[in-house]
Amino acid sequence: MGIFDIIGPVMVGPSSSHTAGAVRIGAFARKLLGEEPASAAIGLHGSFAATGEGHGTPLALLAGLLGMDPDDEGIPAAREIALERGLAFRFETVDLGEVHPNSVRLDLAQDGAELTVSASSVGGGRIRVFDIDGFQVDLDGVYPTVLLAYPDRAGAVAMVTTILSNAGMNIATIKAHRASRGGQALMSVELDHTPTAGVLNALRHLPHIDQVRFVPRLGFGG
Amino acid sequence: MATTEGTLASYRAEAEERGVPLSRVFLDGESRQSGKRPEVLEALMLERMNVMRQAVARGLAHPQRSRSGLVRGDAARMEAWIEGGGSLLGPAFSRLVAAALSVAEVNACMGRIVASPTAGACGVLPAALFRVAAEKGCTDEALVRAFFTAGGIGLCIEKLASLSGAEGGCQAEVGSASAMAAGALVELMGGTPAQVDHAVAFALANVMGLICDPVKGLVEVPCVKRNAMGAVNAAACAEMALAGMESVFPADAVIETMGKVGRRIPEEYRETARGGLAALPVPACETCGQGNFCS
Ligand code: SF4
Repeated sequence: MGIFDIIGPVMVGPSSSHTAGAVRIGAFARKLLGEEPASAAIGLHGSFAATGEGHGTPLALLAGLLGMDPDDEGIPAAREIALERGLAFRFETVDLGEVHPNSVRLDLAQDGAELTVSASSVGGGRIRVFDIDGFQVDLDGVYPTVLLAYPDRAGAVAMVTTILSNAGMNIATIKAHRASRGGQALMSVELDHTPTAGVLNALRHLPHIDQVRFVPRLGFGG
Repeated sequence: MATTEGTLASYRAEAEERGVPLSRVFLDGESRQSGKRPEVLEALMLERMNVMRQAVARGLAHPQRSRSGLVRGDAARMEAWIEGGGSLLGPAFSRLVAAALSVAEVNACMGRIVASPTAGACGVLPAALFRVAAEKGCTDEALVRAFFTAGGIGLCIEKLASLSGAEGGCQAEVGSASAMAAGALVELMGGTPAQVDHAVAFALANVMGLICDPVKGLVEVPCVKRNAMGAVNAAACAEMALAGMESVFPADAVIETMGKVGRRIPEEYRETARGGLAALPVPACETCGQGNFCS
């Protein structure tokens, strides 16, 4: 916490949790997908569903999916921009269970690729991504993050850490999440610095790694 | 005097020992922590100030209207009242109120603001600091320093209590903004670190226990007008401190007490929109008799 967290962030109002945080959730999902989604089903939970409209939460989520930052003055026009760019979106009210009241589930699709991200806006514009494609994760977008999908087997984490440490990359956290023993698994790696394209490529070429996705550090705007 | 790390007393002790204003201590601390040179940090603060200035100007020039209709151009109305010569205490006071309303309305209407310390309370600091600076002819450099003082006071409150309405009620949001502004105004006017401390203590003591009760859960009513109150309270408290009044309790003790009171405020008065003004039925719109405030 520094002085610019107190006098800041620069953001489009009205609420750091319902607006700025919502933009950042949308931005995280877009970056994870790697491109602008063609379609988005947006499930609003709890307070996001109840008071979201008056806070511009739906606009903020769309704006994030469209690649805007929390201080982008285009946020109020996000619906029109989405229509223009051919992003098909739909809002619904969902019950995500015992999660933070400001939560949302995003079902995104682009070119046959599908992605489901669930996240909460936990205050001050900070977010917590708690589910990616059915895997329970715990990410806040503050670190550059690599996500690797692979069949659960011994040695995967070691191979990944070897590549990263050889490249001189400091790992902030590394976690393996699996749906069932021996089934499909998801590894999340939060790094201190942004990995080079070479490092990401080396990870992609590891045997038994199905998919490598990267989310750069999320800005706060301003 | 207790000088535990992170307390206002500890920063004040450092300022007095080095013979520098509090803003210098906060700026140097931020520079150490972020690894950025003070000049870089000052430039960043100036950028944020300029965003705030745009927000002040926007709400005064263009009546804002929120998506709910509960906020509808009160800053512009205040400006018209000043233009018409209506000010009770002269235009300086009315402009302080108008500036706070303006920024808070811009926020409510999805405009660009600087959360300081939160989006809901974003009108207090710009109104208090810019309006006093305009009246007294302060430079931007002096204003940048005052904003560091404000930010540093906010850090102390964050550490010893809370800045969130959901955690501590409106005393923690608009109240904290008001205390930050009060202290910053004292420094802007050349007051001592001790006087800053008194002003912070006065400002928070004045709003002790203020609940958070946003109507319909939106940052509109009573929030926008509470920003005006926060700015006025800041100016009053800064003046009392500059005039030589001393707080019975040091600012840190008042901050900690605010935090304790906040934790005991029932949940319905902490941003849940279940109590206080938020529990009142909103009257129907006079024009159509159906929705609320649709005209
Ligand atoms: S009433 Fe609540 S939402 Fe409104 S300004 Fe105060 S703390 Fe913020």
